[in-house]
Amino acid sequence: MGLSREQIAQRIAKEMKDGYYVNLGIGIPTLVANYIPKGMEVMFQSENGILGMGEFPTEETIDADLINAGKQTVTVIKGSAFFSSADSFAMIRGGHVDLTILGAFEVDSTGALASWMIPGKLVKGMGGAMDLVAGAENIIVAMSHASKDGASKILKKCSLPLTGVNCVKLVVTDLAVLKLEDGKFHLLERAPGVSVEEIKRLTEAELIIPANVPEMTF
Amino acid sequence: MSGFNKIVKSYDEALEGLKDNMLLMVGGFGLCGIPENLIKKIQEKGTKGLTCISNNAGVDGFGLGILLEKKQIKKMISSYVGENALFEKLVLSGELELELTPQGTLAEKIRAAGAGIPGFFTATGYGTLVAEGKDVKMFNGRPYVLEPAFPKADFALVKAWKADTYGNLIFRKTAANFNPMIATAGKITVVEVEEIVQPGELDPNFIHVPGIYVDRLIKGTFEKRIEQRTVKK
Repeated sequence: MGLSREQIAQRIAKEMKDGYYVNLGIGIPTLVANYIPKGMEVMFQSENGILGMGEFPTEETIDADLINAGKQTVTVIKGSAFFSSADSFAMIRGGHVDLTILGAFEVDSTGALASWMIPGKLVKGMGGAMDLVAGAENIIVAMSHASKDGASKILKKCSLPLTGVNCVKLVVTDLAVLKLEDGKFHLLERAPGVSVEEIKRLTEAELIIPANVPEMTF
Repeated sequence: MSGFNKIVKSYDEALEGLKDNMLLMVGGFGLCGIPENLIKKIQEKGTKGLTCISNNAGVDGFGLGILLEKKQIKKMISSYVGENALFEKLVLSGELELELTPQGTLAEKIRAAGAGIPGFFTATGYGTLVAEGKDVKMFNGRPYVLEPAFPKADFALVKAWKADTYGNLIFRKTAANFNPMIATAGKITVVEVEEIVQPGELDPNFIHVPGIYVDRLIKGTFEKRIEQRTVKK
């Protein structure tokens, strides 16, 4: 039941547009790179200083001086550029990146997002996430809809320390595609075989449900 | 030393004047582009009570991780510390202070320190723990947080790829990261590089950091350890 990590990435890839500069967060967002529609040109920004990130290297081309924001060895495409962290975040804060895709622990109907800290457990740090959500006009959140024991992560108000406010617009979960508009989540699509009732049951925030909620197709 | 020649003869000379409780800035992102030999030298010297501004804290056994092992660092100012197990332990036991700063704000606080800008407004972190106790001002209907620049570091430790003897620097690929800004923000900026050439051999059109920021320069040999070795399947 519900979408796999790959399917969430596949669904998000449909939001890409030709000529987009895109920043992908760690985890599911990274997988989106595998599903860019054929013939479309998209360039990936990595906040440690790459525009035009490519695929993973081979054993022969691996280079310790070339990593992505997840510290993984990568390659670059033809026509790529390297720059400092200050230049990278000028790009991000300045609103030059067309689309940011990132994960979250929780989102809420005020547009807030929590992704960097779980009090009582360890604080890993926010890395570049706070800058990314503050700078991007356009962000897509990839996350699981509810915890394993059924606690909703689509909330009226986030319970965890926030990464940013007024930043959530589109959320793709394992169960649904949700759009946040005027302080309410609107149910746009549902995962194959998942009922509207189940999505409603696992959504704590107010949910606007249109008469017809199409199933996603893969 | 004479004129604009920045070369020092040894790592001892490179870190001459480093004392307990000083403020350091250390370049690198993860283990990429870290001044690994300068860090090893600090471990050897046993300097203690250090405050380090660095995006990460190395890993167990490499990078700043080796200074954590010897409890030489009192406080870290970083954006992400997720990969270092010892780090977690020291923070939880209260043996290490931690000031988490968003990555872009961290980069800009360093840049501002070097550029003589005492503070700046950013939307990053508004409405979060990071903004608590900080001034907020509206610009064009949007709230921005006042972030002070860092003070200049007692020592700024940088890894570059190539330099000429005047200290003009060139970085390679993503090993640049925080190094270019950190080079500008030290009371004493020490740079270790893979290759040193004579003035005139580097194309002035492609200098990343001009030599005016650099005080001491040394050629090292580098292990360049890889944190997440990923290859195409």
